Parts: sequence; C-alpha cells; structure tokens
Amino acid sequence: MEVSSDSITSKQLGEVIDLVKKIYGFDFSDYTKASLKRRVARIMMLKKLEFYDLKHVLVNDQQFFQEFLEEITVNVTEMFRDPNFYKAMNSQVIPYLSTYQHIKIWSAGCSSGEEVYSLAILMKEAGLTKKSFIYGTDINTEVLKEARKGIYSLRKIKSFAENYLLTTLNGSITDHFTILYDAATIQNELKHNTLFSVHNLISDTIFNEFQLITCRNVFIYFETELQERILDLFYNSLCPHGFLCLGSKETIRSERFRDKFKVINQKQNIYQKIGT
Amino acid sequence: MALDQNIINRWHNADIVLLGGSAGSFKIIFQLAKNFSLQLNKTVIIVIHRKKNFFSEIEDLFSQNIRIMFKEISDKDKINKNTVYIAPANYHTLIEKDGYFSLDVSEAVWYSKPSIDVTFESAADIYKDRCIAILMSGANQDGAEGLLKLRNSGALTIVQDPADAEMTQMPEAAININAAEYVLRTDEIIELFKK
Repeated sequence: MEVSSDSITSKQLGEVIDLVKKIYGFDFSDYTKASLKRRVARIMMLKKLEFYDLKHVLVNDQQFFQEFLEEITVNVTEMFRDPNFYKAMNSQVIPYLSTYQHIKIWSAGCSSGEEVYSLAILMKEAGLTKKSFIYGTDINTEVLKEARKGIYSLRKIKSFAENYLLTTLNGSITDHFTILYDAATIQNELKHNTLFSVHNLISDTIFNEFQLITCRNVFIYFETELQERILDLFYNSLCPHGFLCLGSKETIRSERFRDKFKVINQKQNIYQKIGT
Repeated sequence: MALDQNIINRWHNADIVLLGGSAGSFKIIFQLAKNFSLQLNKTVIIVIHRKKNFFSEIEDLFSQNIRIMFKEISDKDKINKNTVYIAPANYHTLIEKDGYFSLDVSEAVWYSKPSIDVTFESAADIYKDRCIAILMSGANQDGAEGLLKLRNSGALTIVQDPADAEMTQMPEAAININAAEYVLRTDEIIELFKK
C-alpha cells in the first residue's frame, strides 16, 4: 500500500505537533518533518480519518493517543541489520570491552528487541555473557512488551538468518532460539541478560553508566540540534573510553562532539569517548 | 526527432533532476551519469531498487566514471549542486525543506526500500516546478504514484518509452495513471542531458 504524504500540509503537521505537546507533553517539534508527515498521513489512512477528525480524537481520546504514539514512531528493525557492523564490533570493539570487569550496554530506541538480542548473541559468542548486561529502552510501551517476550515468527527468523550468515559468527541464528511450531523464542540464558524499560531520549536523563551505547537508525528521525542534545546525554552516560554506535548512515556532524569522540570505524559510525 | 522546445526550456530552468528505475534501468542511468558535465549546474538524485546486504559495485562504478561529485546519501547530507546522489539500500530517502536529505527505515513500499514513490513524493512537496523527474525500466509499479504527485505539483515528468525499456511494468504503470507529461525514447532522454 502506498502512503499519501500530501494528505496533510506542513502547517497542519505543525498543528498536530503543538496539540500533542500541549495535551500529552510529548515533543515532536525537533523530529525531521518529511518522515513525520508520512507517519501522520499513514495514521490518518489506517484509521480512515480526515485532518479535522484526527485533531478531534487527539484532543478527546486518550486511548487513541496511545495508538498514535505507537504508530508515529518507526518500529521496523531486524536482527543483525547491517552484518558488517557486527563484524566491525567483533574485531574492533569486543576485544576492548572484554578487558572491563562488567560490560553494561544500552540499546537506545530498541523497538521490539531485535538489536538487544543480536548484541546478546554477539556477547555470548565472545564468551562474555556472564559479565555483560544489556538495557533496551524505547519511548513506545507496546513494542517493549514484544521485546520482553523475545518471540519472533519463523518468517522473520529466516530473514535474520541471512544477516547472521554474513556476520561470520559461528553456527546459525537458530542455535540461539527455541523453536516451537511457527515461532522462535530467544533462549533464556540470553533473555536473562536483558532489561527493557521506557525511556524518552528527548525528556529523560541519565540512568546508568555504560561501556557501550548503541543508538542505530534513531537519529535519522531527529533534526541536528536534537541529535546534539542526545549526544550530550550519551557522552555523559558513557564511562571513560566507552563506545557509541550510530547507524551506518548516521554520523556525528556537530563540531563540538567531533572533539569528544574518536572515530573507530568510519563506515559503520563506531565512536569511542575521549576524556572523562 | 528534435526535442520539444517546452522540455528544453524547463530543463534549463530546473535545478533538480530525479531519476527512478528498477530492473533494467541501471545501464541507461549509468550511461547518463557518465555524460554529466560540470556545466550541468543541477543536482541529480538517483533512486534505483537495490538489495540490502548486496554490496554491488554501483558506488565504485559511479565514482570512478563520472566527472562531477558523486555520493551515496547519508542522513542529513546537505543537497548540493553539481552532485549526483544515490539513495542507499535498506532506507527510504526523503527531502527536507531546508535543503538536506533525511533517511527513514519504515516499511517497504511495493516491496522496495528504497522506494521511488517515497522520494518522489517528498520531492513534490519541496521542489514543485523546480524539478524534472524521469522514471525508467522496472518490474513493478513503484514510482508511478510519486511521479503523478510530481506532475500535479508542477514538475516536468518524463517516462521512458516502454518500447525501449527492458522491463515495461514501471513505465506503463506511470503512463496508465497519466503521470507522464512526456514519453521519451532512450536516445531522446540521453539527448536531453546534453542540452
């Protein structure tokens, strides 16, 4: 299905952003507009709403707002998305991380958990399961429920398996799942090493100190000023020499932060904190 | 056959050229790109259907064979003149009104990511009559709706003559919904870029 993006104007998008901010306190004003517009148009299409009706239900129906929040954020993800990123992690980051006593990892904007479990598998393959722990956070409570279950359809597993193969990790992805009928559940050993909770990158603050933070394909939805604010949060949440991983097409553009992070892998956008 | 004067005038007035295609379009897009000169004075944005994890030599081929700047798009890249941009695999490419690209990993459109529709529609929002879009060979209907939006917002829309296209579904889908202002043969499209 095609999503029509001309069903709302920039002015109307501004009205929706204002409403949501005033009534619910969620601030989307620094999100990139072109993709936000597509998301709002998509919700209108799915719910068969005209613009006037959308505003009406947003104001009057709290339940609708929950659905709106779930739909407006993009939750498309895969396990081992960008296999070359995981290869780079294995060769350039894991050896360094393994020297720490404890390895705390934060996957920010974790959606339905695919990246968290990919990292858990990566740590397991490196023999670091016992001393590592992964926090997955997202703004969206519904996807976090999915993440906690760690259950994926076999159809999805099949596409994850293709990625896994390209990472050159041992064995196959199914070694890390228990398969029953048409669903695969991540193994308990890996699940026990994870914790999923709500965190809003825009309004919430530091909650722990980490050796590694991954925030991949989240910055693409934020304007550069907002990216900078969140980089500040990440910088302050990292231990000295901690690592930050952005998406393969996301770079640190701010001059201020270029001096605070060393580039470890230019192509995969893996950075290491400089200073304390 | 000489090109219509209206096409030539609008070509000169446009500062953005959008090229969309899928199966069977790469050869012609590459041939066009090889001929881009520094006098082009336009931005060229290419959206070709690509597979994720398939590290084709597209980037190398382009950067080694063309005379003007070439770049695979990264998020928030500034949109410059005299530069050829290509949409990365496994992302949709959108155009923001302040003159930069943004990327999006949302659902595939017509099983495609990058989707031509997505880029064309966001370009229609921003560029109006400042742009020219050409849709070429392809095996599905991605791009047709986006091209129609471009046409309705004042862009010059061109579709490769299905008789010349290796795969006809994509150009035909656009012609069927009346998204093509002009249907041009491959040699005419090549001719246009020399103007």
